[in-house]
Amino acid sequence: MKVTAQPSADTLTLQLDGELDASSAIVLDTELAKPDILNYRKVLIDCAKLSYISSAGLGVFISHLQRFQDANVKLVFFNMQEKVFNVFEILGLDALMTIVPSVAEAEAA
Amino acid sequence: MAHALRNQSFNIQPSTFNPSNVKSILRIACSRVHLQQVRDFVREYLSSRQLPDITVNQVVLAVDEVVANFIIHANGEDESQFLDLQLTLDGHNLNVEITDNGDTIFLPAPHQNPDLRAYIRQGRKGGMGMTLVNRLMDRVEFFTRENHTVCHLSKTLA
Repeated sequence: MKVTAQPSADTLTLQLDGELDASSAIVLDTELAKPDILNYRKVLIDCAKLSYISSAGLGVFISHLQRFQDANVKLVFFNMQEKVFNVFEILGLDALMTIVPSVAEAEAA
Repeated sequence: MAHALRNQSFNIQPSTFNPSNVKSILRIACSRVHLQQVRDFVREYLSSRQLPDITVNQVVLAVDEVVANFIIHANGEDESQFLDLQLTLDGHNLNVEITDNGDTIFLPAPHQNPDLRAYIRQGRKGGMGMTLVNRLMDRVEFFTRENHTVCHLSKTLA
């Protein structure tokens, strides 16, 4: 699992590359736990190269969501592969998180 | 002997070979670094069936969740312990058996639907794995056999 951060003005884009499981979730957790992340207005998660997510990966996002909301930081997922979106859907997380098809829609969200 | 057998996989063909009923077996030590190997093992096993990506991913995810639970919660990531996985396809019916060779009996609490809004408020990281497993597979059973915990998963693959 590789996480690449691309800051630009008030937006931080995190590109996820690989499989997010109980072994690799710590990499993402470390990135989302950085205090500076709350200085952005938006955190966009580029899921184009995210090929797998387990409950441990979902748990990382869930565990930071309230902290982001309290700081008025919007968390938006985009470019999600169908099989990964299916996992969010099975738990009903697609209704609780902002998931959009494209980067343009993520920037506009 | 157990150490020598760790992290190995092999196919078993019945004496009367029937290509629709082939078993595949994997043994891993109880470390979360082996989860990738488990997922690749399941994908490889299903690769000849030309199943939709989503279906393959659902089976891979269910197995990954149970194995992660055994590794982390039942065995505390003790690498001297090991798990055995056995996959069997009989026609469209996939059966998965995961045996925890550790000493602790691990039977997950009865399945409950998690309140995800509460999880978000509480900043919870865990508690969704077995919910996923129950929603992904047709049948999920945990039981004990010779002082070891066994999990059976089954699913009809279209």
